[in-house]
Amino acid sequence: MATLKELTHREDRLAGGHRLCAGCGASIAMRQIMLGAGTDPLVVGCATGCLEVSTSIYPYTSWKTPFIHNAFENSAATVSGVEAAFKALQRDGKIAADKKVKFMAVGGDGGTYDIGLQSLSGAMERGHDMVYVCYDNGAYMNTGIQRSSATPKGAWATTSEVGKAQQGKPQKRKDLTSIIAAHGVAYAAQGSISHWKDLATKAEKAFAAEGPAFINVLATCPRGWRSAYNKSVEIAKLAVQTGYWPLFEVEAGEWKMSTASRALIKAGRKPVAEFLKPQGRFKHLFAPENAALLAEIQADVDEYWAYVMGRCGEE
Amino acid sequence: MTEIRTVATTGNLVVAEAMRQCRPDVVAAYPITPQTTIVEEFAKYVAQGRVHTEYVTVESEHSAMSACVGASAAGARVMTATASQGLALMWEELHIASGMRLPIVMANANRALSAPINIHCDHGDAMGARDTGWVMLFAETAQEAYDNTIIALKVAEDPEVLLPAMSCLDGFITTHSIDRIELLDDDTVTGFVGTYQPQNALLDIDNAVSHGCFAGLGGPYFEFKKAQRMAIDRSKAVVERVGNEFTKVSGRDFGLVETDMMDDADVAIVVIGSTAGNVRHVAKEMRAGGVKAGIVKVRCFRPFPHAELAAALKGCRAVAVLDRAESFGAEGGPLYLETRSALYDLESRIPVVNYIYGLGGSDVRLELIHRVYADLSDIASGSAAPSGLVYLGAR
Ligand SMILES: Cc1ncc(C[n+]2csc(CCOP(=O)(O)OP(=O)(O)O)c2C)c(N)n1
Repeated sequence: MATLKELTHREDRLAGGHRLCAGCGASIAMRQIMLGAGTDPLVVGCATGCLEVSTSIYPYTSWKTPFIHNAFENSAATVSGVEAAFKALQRDGKIAADKKVKFMAVGGDGGTYDIGLQSLSGAMERGHDMVYVCYDNGAYMNTGIQRSSATPKGAWATTSEVGKAQQGKPQKRKDLTSIIAAHGVAYAAQGSISHWKDLATKAEKAFAAEGPAFINVLATCPRGWRSAYNKSVEIAKLAVQTGYWPLFEVEAGEWKMSTASRALIKAGRKPVAEFLKPQGRFKHLFAPENAALLAEIQADVDEYWAYVMGRCGEE
Repeated sequence: MTEIRTVATTGNLVVAEAMRQCRPDVVAAYPITPQTTIVEEFAKYVAQGRVHTEYVTVESEHSAMSACVGASAAGARVMTATASQGLALMWEELHIASGMRLPIVMANANRALSAPINIHCDHGDAMGARDTGWVMLFAETAQEAYDNTIIALKVAEDPEVLLPAMSCLDGFITTHSIDRIELLDDDTVTGFVGTYQPQNALLDIDNAVSHGCFAGLGGPYFEFKKAQRMAIDRSKAVVERVGNEFTKVSGRDFGLVETDMMDDADVAIVVIGSTAGNVRHVAKEMRAGGVKAGIVKVRCFRPFPHAELAAALKGCRAVAVLDRAESFGAEGGPLYLETRSALYDLESRIPVVNYIYGLGGSDVRLELIHRVYADLSDIASGSAAPSGLVYLGAR
C-alpha cells in the first residue's frame, strides 16, 4: 500500500472547480479511489447522476483522464464496451501489446442498486477487467432526494415521506455488496469516505485484481441527508462506528472484516442513533411515538452486523 | 481483382458474413428471433478464431447498444444486430449513439412489435426508430442485405457523416429463406470499407477527452442537434457516392430509390423491402394486360430521398404507397407521409392512396397487389380515390 506521502504526490485525476455541493462525499470518494488506483492510465465511465452532471458540463470537464458518460442505467455495460474495444485493438496491434490501461465504471446508488443492477450483474458475470464503484449516498440525489433501494429504513425522502400514515421509508436497505460478492468477482469491498487509508488500499487491491471488482463506498450527501456540509466525514465515520456500514472485503471468495470495523467487535459499537441524530432525514425517528421504529432499526443493524461477522468468520 | 463466390444461403448468414468481412473490433449483441442466426453465425467465427473481434455477449439489448456506444467511443469499429423488441429496448441508446456521433452499424431483422406478441415480419420496429438519427437502408433481397451492410459501414464511418447506420432486412422472408447470393472476396470488402479512423477516441489515452457531456442549462444542445441534422443531410450524397463505388467493385446497382418500368408509367406503387419483388412481378402482369404499371422501391429511408422520389413519380396519374408499419393516429403510414410530402412541390397534384399491409407477417398475396393496381387504374381513369387508408387484405 502506498504511503500518504506517496499518495499526495500522485496526480489528482478529478480537478477542482467541479460543481458538486460543498461537503459532497462523491468527489471525496472519487479522489481517494483514483489515488489508490495507482499510476496506470485510467478510463472512467460514469452513470447519469450528481457526479456526472457536476463534473462534465460542456465545454468544461473535471476529468483529467478519459471519461465517458452514456446514460443512467448502463455505466457497467458502457465500460464493458470500452474494455472490449481495448482488448480487440490490442489484439489487432493498434494498441501496443505492453500498454496497460485500467477501467473504472461509476454509478450512484440509484444507478447501481436499482436501474443499473442488471447491467452491473452482466458485466461482473462476463468478467470484464474493470472496477465498478458505487458511491452510495442513499437516494436519487440528482433528481431531488427520491428513495432508492439503498435508502435506510425510516429515512425521509421525497418519495418516502413522513406523515401520519408513514414514517419515512418502510423497507430496509438492500445489501448490494453481498449480491455482487455472490457473483464470484475477483474483489468486492465496502468502504467509507471517512476511512481514506482503508478505501485507498481497497482501491489498490481492486485495480490490481484481474477481472471484475466492486467497491461500494458510503458517500455523505449533506443536501439529501439534511446534515451540515462540514460534518460529512464525521457522519460517515459514525456509520462505520455504529456498525450501520461495516467495512469489509471479499477477496477471491474470502470475506474479511476491515481493521476499523473489526476493532469494534472488542471495543463495542455505538448505538445507531448516533449516526441518525446529526441527519435531518431521520429527525422524526426521535419523536417519542417512534421509539419502537428506532429500536427496530437498531435491531436491523445488529442483524446485519452479525451476518457480516459470520461471513468473515468473526465471533 | 474481385472474386465473386455464388452461394445459396439465407439473408442472416450473409449479413454475418458481411460483418466478418468488415472486420469489426467489437460486436455486442443479444439474441432475438428472427435475428438469432446472425449472432449465432458470428459466434462460430469467434470460436473458429476467424475474427479478431471482441464479442460481448451482453445480458440485454439495452446493454448491447450501451456496450456498442462505449466501444465506438473508445475508437473501435463496432457492429451488432437486433430485431423488434430488442430494437425497442434500445430506444434510449439509439439516440445516444447518433447524438454522440458514433458510426455503429446494426442489422435489424424487421419484425412486428408486441402486443400481441408476434415474431413475423413488418417494419414497425425500424419505423419506430426512424427519428433516432440513424442512416437506414432497407433490403429487398438477401443480396441487398449483404450489400447494404457493407455500404452502411462505409457511409457511417465517413468523416462527413459519423452517424450510426441500420441495415434492415425482412424477418423470415429475407432473414431465413434461401436465396442465390453473390459474395465478394474478403480482401475486396476489407479494402472497400478501409480502416476506421476514429476522432477523439477515448482510448487515445494521452489526449484525454470527455464524452457524453452535459449540455443543458443554456448549453449548446440545440446547436449539437443542428450539427446532427446537417450530418444526416450530408449523408445523402455519401450514400449515393458509396453506392456507386460499390457498383464498381460488385457490378450490382444501388440507388436511394430504385425504379422499374417507370419511364412511361401511369400508375405506380411505392414500397420498401421484400414486397418489392411481388410488386414487380404483378407490375409485369399488369403491363402484359395493357396497364402502364411501374414500381418505385425506397432502399434508403434515412436520409429520405424526397427529390428522387418526386422525380420518379412525376408523370404518374395515380400512386399507391404500401406501408408495412403503422403510425397510429397519423394520416397514414410512415412511407405514405414521406411520399405525400415529397410530391407536394410538384406542379400537378397526383392522387396518392395509402395501403397498410402485411403487419405481423400477414400474407402479401399477389391478388392483393393486383387489387392495388386495379384501384390505381380506376383512379387514373377518373374514379374517386378511397378516402382514408386501406388495410390491405385484413379480415
Ligand atoms: C432511464 C432514466 N430514468 C430516470 C432518469 C432520471 N434520473 C437522472 S439521475 C437520477 C438519480 C440518480 O441517483 P443516483 O444514482 O443515486 O445518483 P446521485 O444523483 O444520488 O448522485 C434519476 C432518477 C434518467 N436520467 N434516466
